[in-house]
Amino acid sequence: MNHRSEATLSEHKDYTGAKLGMWLFLFTEILLFGGMFLLYAVYREVNTSEFHEAGLEMSKTIGAVNTIILLTSSLTMALSISAIKNGLKNRSILFQAVTVILGVVFLVNKYVEWSDHIRHGLYPDSPELLAMGHGKVLFFGLYYVMTGIHGLHVLIGMCVIGFTLVLTLRDNISRGDYIKLENAGLFWHLVDVIWIYLFPLFYLII
Amino acid sequence: MEQKQASHIVGTKTFMLVWIALLILTGLTITAAQLRMGEWSMVANIAIASTKAGLVLWFFMHLKYEKRIFKLLLFVPIITISIIIVLTFFDIWYR
Repeated sequence: MNHRSEATLSEHKDYTGAKLGMWLFLFTEILLFGGMFLLYAVYREVNTSEFHEAGLEMSKTIGAVNTIILLTSSLTMALSISAIKNGLKNRSILFQAVTVILGVVFLVNKYVEWSDHIRHGLYPDSPELLAMGHGKVLFFGLYYVMTGIHGLHVLIGMCVIGFTLVLTLRDNISRGDYIKLENAGLFWHLVDVIWIYLFPLFYLII
Repeated sequence: MEQKQASHIVGTKTFMLVWIALLILTGLTITAAQLRMGEWSMVANIAIASTKAGLVLWFFMHLKYEKRIFKLLLFVPIITISIIIVLTFFDIWYR
């Protein structure tokens, strides 16, 4: 007997279960970032004017551009899923590729931004920052940790989508079975949602 | 084995409209920040951000077309973190 078809016949797929599993994971991510947003909320409440001043060091332009980049990448990710559901394999692959490229641009912007701050002595434990006082130390500590962990999630998301791109090429993800791509999309959209909150909190305190 | 029901396929037009709405809201939140409304700036920005997040969740993350249990379960982490933040602030404000 052909072992391959035997394995396929006994394979159990649970579409709703797989999707639910991903959502449950996303809930843990909401609590993870939620905890950090809690820290931000409290420290800002207690150091309002210093957070205000520290916010002036941020580039609204880079923040806005990065927001637009992630929002667009969510669009392309959603379109890649609609494409595969319609059996449009190449279109799906194209949109997945664009999503990853937008992720790269986002991270390059982050690199430029962080480099600029670091060059000006605004990094954790720098003498310049320590001299600026407790409130600013807290602001920049939160800034690096929150955008850093977020950036890590962007990188992870890009790797996951790179993976789904290959799977789509190999027809492992197809019109008949696309839950892996949907779940990758859910993760990517969550990364976008987190940035949607990070943007006003760090860049628009003015 | 569960038969996968034909999952609703969202059209390109819907996604494009949502994307444009998101861009407009982004512009709005930047403008609102310039208005110097003091603490209300923060409230306005969070409200706009939540609207944007809602759009991403409802359309991009397909929540609109999912079974009701997904919509209900989402409230668990949202309410949890809200309670945590509110209770923490009761402490902070009255220390």
